[in-house]
Amino acid sequence: MLHISLWKRVLILIIVLIGVVFAAPNIFYNRVEGHNDAVAAAAKGESLTPEQQAAQAGWPDWLPSDIVNLGLDLRGGAQLLAEVNVGEVYKARVDALWPEFRKALAAERGTLGSIRRLNADPGVLRIQIGNADQIAEAQKIAETLNNPVSSLTGVGQKTLAITTEGNQLIIQLSDAEKAATDDRTMQQSLEIVRRRIDAAGTREPTIVREGADRILIQVPGASSAQEIKQLIGTTAKLTFNSVIGTSSNPNEAVGSDQEILPSADQKGLYYILDSLPVVTGEDLTDARPDTDQNGYPAVAFRFNASAARTFGDYTQNNIGKPFAIVLDNKVISAPTIQSHIAGGSGIITGRFTVKEATDLALLLRAGALPASMTFLEERTIGPELGADSIAAGKMAAAVGAVLVVVFMIASYGTFGVFASLALAINIALIFAILSVIGGTLTLPGIAGIVLTMGTAVDANVLVFERIREELRNQQKAKAARAIELGYERAMSAIVDANVTTFLTAVILFVLGAGPVRGFAVTFLIGIITSVFTAIWVTRLFVSIWFARRRPRELVL
Amino acid sequence: MAFRLKLVPEKTNFDFFKHQVATFGFSVFMVLASIVLVLVMGLNLGIDFRGGTTIRTEADQTEPVDIGAYRSAIAPLDLGDVLITQVYDPNFRADQKVVTIRIQAQDGQEAISPDTQAKVLESLKSVNKDIKIVATESIGPKVSGELIWTAIWSVLAAVAAILVYIWLRFEWQFSVGAVAALIHDVTVTVGIFALFQIKFDLSIIAALLTILGYSINDTVVVFDRLRENLVKYKKMPLRDVMNLSVNETLSRTVMTSGTTLLALISLLVLGGDVIRNFVFAMTWGVIVGTYSSVYVAKNIVLFIGLDRNKEKKDPSEKFFDKTDVATD
Repeated sequence: MLHISLWKRVLILIIVLIGVVFAAPNIFYNRVEGHNDAVAAAAKGESLTPEQQAAQAGWPDWLPSDIVNLGLDLRGGAQLLAEVNVGEVYKARVDALWPEFRKALAAERGTLGSIRRLNADPGVLRIQIGNADQIAEAQKIAETLNNPVSSLTGVGQKTLAITTEGNQLIIQLSDAEKAATDDRTMQQSLEIVRRRIDAAGTREPTIVREGADRILIQVPGASSAQEIKQLIGTTAKLTFNSVIGTSSNPNEAVGSDQEILPSADQKGLYYILDSLPVVTGEDLTDARPDTDQNGYPAVAFRFNASAARTFGDYTQNNIGKPFAIVLDNKVISAPTIQSHIAGGSGIITGRFTVKEATDLALLLRAGALPASMTFLEERTIGPELGADSIAAGKMAAAVGAVLVVVFMIASYGTFGVFASLALAINIALIFAILSVIGGTLTLPGIAGIVLTMGTAVDANVLVFERIREELRNQQKAKAARAIELGYERAMSAIVDANVTTFLTAVILFVLGAGPVRGFAVTFLIGIITSVFTAIWVTRLFVSIWFARRRPRELVL
Repeated sequence: MAFRLKLVPEKTNFDFFKHQVATFGFSVFMVLASIVLVLVMGLNLGIDFRGGTTIRTEADQTEPVDIGAYRSAIAPLDLGDVLITQVYDPNFRADQKVVTIRIQAQDGQEAISPDTQAKVLESLKSVNKDIKIVATESIGPKVSGELIWTAIWSVLAAVAAILVYIWLRFEWQFSVGAVAALIHDVTVTVGIFALFQIKFDLSIIAALLTILGYSINDTVVVFDRLRENLVKYKKMPLRDVMNLSVNETLSRTVMTSGTTLLALISLLVLGGDVIRNFVFAMTWGVIVGTYSSVYVAKNIVLFIGLDRNKEKKDPSEKFFDKTDVATD
């Protein structure tokens, strides 16, 4: 066991070297980070400022430049977990079906009798026909409008579930179509959230889908989750509707194709609107902050060609009448049409502050969310607290390392030195692996590393204690034989002990969330590296030392 | 002869079963006491498990913090159950006063709404105009419900995985012993949290799983030696083989617990208050885990008895031997 073949020696040394080289950038963290940011900016095709060029030159390109991502708890930033209310989309889809069904059923009015839409739960279309005995006929007609689902998983299934109840047709989306719709809603929401956050210009946000209907958003360096929440939590659904009248009673009965919405800035004022919008925010090609003729902040917008024409015709036919600009079910302003607005551009006024106008323009440019979101969880860590945590973690790790090293050397002398060197290499390997896989270091992660320091020497202790025993057991034992036996016999204990620890670490990683996972990552990597260093690195040291010194007797 | 620090003499010959009634009885008592504590006093569950919001504020002031002033400033907001505690840490500057405010989950909202947070800050400004919020954490009831289940599942899954592995590598009696030790460790750790009403949140679950990993590591080392000695000393009574095995591995057990505790205690003292509870759980767990691998796991194995080469069991291998009871 003391003889390690040459290729193994070389391999061990290469692994250790690679580990040290890849861990090195973390020592010059800020410098490397500046370099990476500059490189990323250059890759985007931006021209670099002198500072950025200096930053880029601050770290040589040929060296590895992967560094550990600092978690939000160490860097400061905000994290939000949002749930997309995917069900909202069904309502819009189903509402849009009504005219089509009305037309198809009305064509057979002679047999079916009168056709009425009844009030029903959101996402359900109830149609009552006059002649109850013809309901089967009505269902047949309705089924002709039912298309197959256009998704891979929903092959062979229809988009609508059409059932009957007395003289009523009940139409809703089928389960397969709901699943396909949910998926589209999530894709869109992710995209819109990404656009909004990118436009706000924070560094490297992480936006990932979690589970069926959740989005996890992490924005390092953001000063508060609340700001981000306002930015992404606004649905930003903009519509331009005809105004039918105003009212002070929010519960006033209105027609089935009308809706009553509150004014955004005047309490107690409600507008009765035609629920079919003239044009919507989806038709916008541009929106930017501007000022109105009185110098107040406003948002200037531009429509695409077809919406410009629609809007132009509408304004021409309705001069002197008010129309409402509706944002997320609130009327932000209801200007009177002064003249024919051609060319498809205009401004939205509505008592904005400069920041509100800027934000609204950004939201309109990025597009509306297909459905609203509920925030289930949020965390904000101030950058100062993060800096304090890093400092505390570093301090604790340094002190812990020194204590462990002193303890090991006091207990095992030269062998303790080997174990301590292996421990240093072990920590370097943990950082190298974390950097290369792009892992995130969190405060619990630092705790994981410190714990690894404590347990990493365990494998060495097992071996050393075994060697001691062999030295005691065999009178005048040859030192070499004792060392070999020590390694051999400690092996089964090392393997069993570490496999069980590894199992718990894997479970931590798989089931854990947030802080738990951060801890599990470093703990897992730590187990792997400490077994490697204990079995190979210290053994290599011992074998080199033994070959050089040829000690007559071993004191351990 | 070079100097060597030896915490454990070269050759020990402790009889770990001598006081087995006392030691094992103590363990059983601790487990039962912990269960009673948890049932009677309950756990001080953090927002991870019950939903709500924690706001951490900082103010630069030399005079001591008046928690009452904080409380009366927030009271008019009518936020329901509010818990205000001051945080102490040796890393803080003399004029750095840190306070955490825990607010229960508000009706009808998942995470805290922006205006609620703004209102809290505004109210606190009346206490000290320089107060700032350095961190907030808000978890809705929906997520916290899921987290409770995740936590329970992860602990159960870890125990099950260990049980199966030990069973495959050793014999079933060993895995029963190992799992009994694990349950002992987890229960006693949770009991301490109930006793001192320390905040119990998701990170504590991580600590519990780490304790599982650590404790089993310790236990496996003893078992591994036991397995070896059972082959070596075929005729020795099981009790004595166990004693021998624990004695032989004692120096390693003490060394490893020593280094791990050194690392953990530096974290406990210097690692900042954010992870203090988490580190405290692990530190306590390492102590309990070391104890259980010496005093709990193998006692159970002895109690069940091992089938050694299908021989008839020696009557002296019975648990709570008569002579013991007489001498203790």
